[in-house]
Amino acid sequence: MSTWSLILAMAAITFAIRYSLFAFPHLRFPLLVRQGLHYVPSAVLSAIVIPGMFMPDGQHFALALDNAYLLAGLASILIAALTRHLLATIGGGLLIFFLLRGLLGQLPL
Amino acid sequence: MSRQSEFLQATRDMLPLLVGAMPFGIIFGALAASAGLSAGQTLGMSLLVFAGSAQFIVISLLGTGAGAAVLLLTTLVVNLRHALYSATLQPFVRHLPARWRVPLAFWLTDEAFAVVQHRYAAADSSPYKHWYFLGAALAMYLNWQLCTLIGVLFGQSVPDLAAWGLDFAMLATFIGVVVPMLRNRPQVAAALVAGAVALACHGWPYKLGLLAAAASGIAVGLLLELHVARAEELA
Repeated sequence: MSTWSLILAMAAITFAIRYSLFAFPHLRFPLLVRQGLHYVPSAVLSAIVIPGMFMPDGQHFALALDNAYLLAGLASILIAALTRHLLATIGGGLLIFFLLRGLLGQLPL
Repeated sequence: MSRQSEFLQATRDMLPLLVGAMPFGIIFGALAASAGLSAGQTLGMSLLVFAGSAQFIVISLLGTGAGAAVLLLTTLVVNLRHALYSATLQPFVRHLPARWRVPLAFWLTDEAFAVVQHRYAAADSSPYKHWYFLGAALAMYLNWQLCTLIGVLFGQSVPDLAAWGLDFAMLATFIGVVVPMLRNRPQVAAALVAGAVALACHGWPYKLGLLAAAASGIAVGLLLELHVARAEELA
């Protein structure tokens, strides 16, 4: 398969998924489904974030004090809970992350 | 709010999320060349596919010599979470003609979904919330193209770009989106269960663990909500 065919196939698959439910405007969901959909953002984003913190390389569990992803992730959760401010969470989290990486000698300097 | 103010408000609300996505786009643009993609193919993938995590996984798999079937199956599974977003927003866009629904679906990303579902959940009955959707979607799209281009042009001149850990920006962004949503026990339980299952199932092929995690989190949140409702009825 050529690279361009691969890209076009990826584009078709991705669009088909995103359009899947928009394609049926007359469809109405039962109450139970609508209630369940309220948990989509929390569940999906946590399923991305938690492995990112505990397994930064995507393969190995890193429950250790030299895991800046885990420590700065916990700090970001704290900032988010206290401030409920998105930019403060991103800025504060990144600052703590790079301070930790610097202190741990993990930056390619 | 008018069409223009909805559109502009969305681009303002997207700003922090754009900042969080920037490193991701730049690193993608920089790394795609090492997976054998030309500059045109790299930009083409961002323009046509527009799905950061799938794009990343595909270029890392390309480097390992994976076949097309594996690449496409992984794209499918990684992006299936967007079907949940599509379902969540469907009640709000069902009244729109296809010329709106098609492009809005094409531009549906994690980040746009986060701000758009929040806007639709707001109590006011503005008839132009789809303009908000459009503003958020376009801001994310332009930002992604620009960052891919920057990565393609300048990525090679920064050695060890991937070793800096700039991918943490995405984690901090998603944390900043999720934590304020955890206002009751079912939401907290949904997040914790999804995270735990994602860890337990990380070794599943084609990133199927992500789907299992999302499904478990949603199921637990819903069950707990029904349980709480029943307890209140009895009380």
